[in-house]
Amino acid sequence: MTEEETAAPEADAARDALVATLAEALGDGLVASEVKAGVDVWVRVTSQAWVETAQVLRDQCGMKYFNFLSVIDWLPSPFGRDMDAQVDQPDPVEPGEMTWGITGGQTRFQMLARLHDPVNHVGINIKADLDDDQPTIDSWITVYPGANWHEREAAEMFGVHFTGHPNLTKIYLPGAFEGNPMRKDFPLLARRVKPWPGLVDVEPLPGEDDDETEAS
Amino acid sequence: MNKATDTQQLAYIAGQAADARVNLEIETEGMTLNIGPQHPATHGTLRIIVKLDGEQVIAAEPMMGYMHRGYEKLTEVRTYPQVTALINRIDWLGSFANEVPFIQAAENLMEVEAPPRAQWIRTALFEMSRIANVVLFLGDMGVQLGAVTPVFFAFRDREFILNQIEAVTGGRFHPNFNRIGGLKDDLPKGWIEETRGVLGRIQNFCDEIETLVAGNEIFQARTRGIGIIPADVGLAYGLSGANIRSSGVDWDIRRDGGIGLVHNELDWKVWTHPDGDSYARFWVRLQEVRESCIMIEQILDGIPAGPVMAKVPRIIKVPAGESYVETENPLGVMGYYIVSQGDLTPFRVKIRSASFNNVSITPWLLKGVYVPDVVSILASLYFILGDIDR
Repeated sequence: MTEEETAAPEADAARDALVATLAEALGDGLVASEVKAGVDVWVRVTSQAWVETAQVLRDQCGMKYFNFLSVIDWLPSPFGRDMDAQVDQPDPVEPGEMTWGITGGQTRFQMLARLHDPVNHVGINIKADLDDDQPTIDSWITVYPGANWHEREAAEMFGVHFTGHPNLTKIYLPGAFEGNPMRKDFPLLARRVKPWPGLVDVEPLPGEDDDETEAS
Repeated sequence: MNKATDTQQLAYIAGQAADARVNLEIETEGMTLNIGPQHPATHGTLRIIVKLDGEQVIAAEPMMGYMHRGYEKLTEVRTYPQVTALINRIDWLGSFANEVPFIQAAENLMEVEAPPRAQWIRTALFEMSRIANVVLFLGDMGVQLGAVTPVFFAFRDREFILNQIEAVTGGRFHPNFNRIGGLKDDLPKGWIEETRGVLGRIQNFCDEIETLVAGNEIFQARTRGIGIIPADVGLAYGLSGANIRSSGVDWDIRRDGGIGLVHNELDWKVWTHPDGDSYARFWVRLQEVRESCIMIEQILDGIPAGPVMAKVPRIIKVPAGESYVETENPLGVMGYYIVSQGDLTPFRVKIRSASFNNVSITPWLLKGVYVPDVVSILASLYFILGDIDR
């Protein structure tokens, strides 16, 4: 069930205990976990166990501090808006394969939240897979009231619906704005008007040729 | 379904307390008051819609977005070195401190470590940007309550700190001085001695403010017992920095788990205040400026010799991975969650800015207070709009 700690140089008792507590409380709700000893811990839970995870962490693990909540869109950008690409793609291309980060993933959208224990000074990153077509997840407001604005931001930027949120209105964007700007397939309009110059920027400046040999 | 958990109970009690502050005995006609977007108390363009019952606030809802620049989207089309130019502008009064967590997160992913000299200079400039930032708050807090003089003192003395930052970085507000693996340049000649003189001025400024503002009877009457944030509520809303330390939470990332900066090698103290009111927030920040001066003095004595830049490739490609680094910035905890897929540009950057969480408590906090206190409470929370809207 749990991906055991990968050949870490040292054991990390506090972070391992966190994962153990979650594994016990959530059962199959915990999909994957990874501990980087002395650095950080990541867990991935099912979207059904999302609220329960927060409750367990707050009540049993002392994670009283709500740090942030957001979403990751794992779709590779269809616009080639990358320094590797010489110019922007005028028309979107079929995006490549998705590669997920730590603790893996199966869907395009993934929740990313972070909680902190202000007494023992341990933080935890929590992820959860969301449905591709209609990303929906329960709201954390009952557990952490501070999640309110973070969820509003995630909703307008990524189009994720938070069930149980009392006021899921736009927080930054104008009311009539259509689309979800932080999704990877939402074009950055400034780039469409004036394409990225690509490698032109990396042209050596005058007098810099001498450093070139010494660096790298 | 109705499993009464601690927080639900807490939220209930907090709601009851907020309701109890609203005086329902005198029937008055409701009124909606619009504060902002342009208002001196907002450090930018924040608009707050408050519903009033007489002089009392029964509901307050901040409207953000007037300064939203979409940095999280823009970072996806910038190379890592270019991103620092953007994130400088998040909290524009303490720009240097904004760069540090991002650079450290990128350094983590690249497994590069800045040389010791660079870390010491980084810490010195980090604390100087805190002074530049918080000094303005100390003066500005007076303005919000009708005392105009302190802010001129603040602008006068902040200039000396900005001059020192400018002497090193070339920029008063937007240094763009951090590099992955170190710093752009070393300190200029004579800088250390000049800075010692400036620190004396700042210490004097703190003494002045303490007697002029904090010791002032009217100031105390307007801030003591006003805008109280209990520690548990503050934690659940994600408050950080002086806002949470003034509620008695002894938590400072510089001391507890700060990485890459040298605060742990210095002798200093984390100040907390048990009251959690506007006065406590002012007082904790005042002590923090003094503590920063003490830290910088020790850093000036202890900067080790050596290079300021580690060996990094000329074109920076960050290996695939995820890293989150947060630091104790002037406004509170600032962190960057970087997702890299091995490209020249980050795949996703989540910017966790302090003010966004700090201000999210206002609908709860302003409920039941009186109109003149709205401004003093907002001022005491101390936010920068760029840090809310990003």
